[in-house]
Amino acid sequence: MKWRVTVTVRLKEGLNDPEGRVIGKALKNLSYSVENLRVPKCFEFELESDNPEEEVEEMCRKLLANPLIHSWEYSIEPVS
Amino acid sequence: MVKFAVVVFPGSNCDFETERAIRKAGAEAERVWYKTSLKDFDGVILPGGFSYADYLRAGAIAARQEIMEEVKEFAREGRPVLGICNGFQILTEAGLLSGALRPNKIPRFLCRWVHLRVNDIETPFTSLYEPGEVIRMPIAHAEGNYYVDDPSKVRVVLQYSDENGNITEEANPNGSVLNIAAVANEKGNVLGTMPHPERASDRFLGSEDGLRVFRSMVEWARR
Repeated sequence: MKWRVTVTVRLKEGLNDPEGRVIGKALKNLSYSVENLRVPKCFEFELESDNPEEEVEEMCRKLLANPLIHSWEYSIEPVS
Repeated sequence: MVKFAVVVFPGSNCDFETERAIRKAGAEAERVWYKTSLKDFDGVILPGGFSYADYLRAGAIAARQEIMEEVKEFAREGRPVLGICNGFQILTEAGLLSGALRPNKIPRFLCRWVHLRVNDIETPFTSLYEPGEVIRMPIAHAEGNYYVDDPSKVRVVLQYSDENGNITEEANPNGSVLNIAAVANEKGNVLGTMPHPERASDRFLGSEDGLRVFRSMVEWARR
């Protein structure tokens, strides 16, 4: 069966996000009251699998995220 | 004569300098394309550069190439494995060293000379230094901010310091935990360093302090 997968990988709470800090500052310069901006990474793909949850979890652990510094979440929808 | 492999990934760019530094240190060196094998070598060096354009995370894609299984075998057998800059990032991504190299605290590419204190001379790469010696080498990276949840998981080999060897906040260029610039595994035979010893291996480059990394390694491999 074919699935549409979206994975979001973010830095763990408390870890400094330099890119987010710079973008947040730039928004502040445009006079928005932005605080604590973080930049997660998003992956979208199609997956042929009988076991999508297990496989996606494994992909995150093996490559898409670094478990030491990242947390992740995903959504898996059937492709009609 | 002992012989070292310098592994070249798409985007590696310090391989020639590293090869030259190893030869200057008295061993044979060969640049080896990552699709080939590491048979017949006494040690392996993962050089600096931008393998796979730093896509995903610096070193992440190179760390998952087949040749890394051979590098892991070298590490297990206790042979020297040295990762310089991008090579250090590859070693952490491959799980050969604990920790991760995150974007610099101030988000920009840093290219400059730094002072370093040698903290551990019991590794194959640092045996020719004095304990606590202060040396000079260049750094050139955007992702060198070393993070480890528990620093007791690694051997801290080099720390960013001032010219007198004091480990200060001001001397820390990238935000690394404990000013860490280079770490080794428990056995000491796997070393990752953000500063570039090959770029400090000739007095015409401004310093020869890095050459002893290669000399130590060659001497150790000869035993």
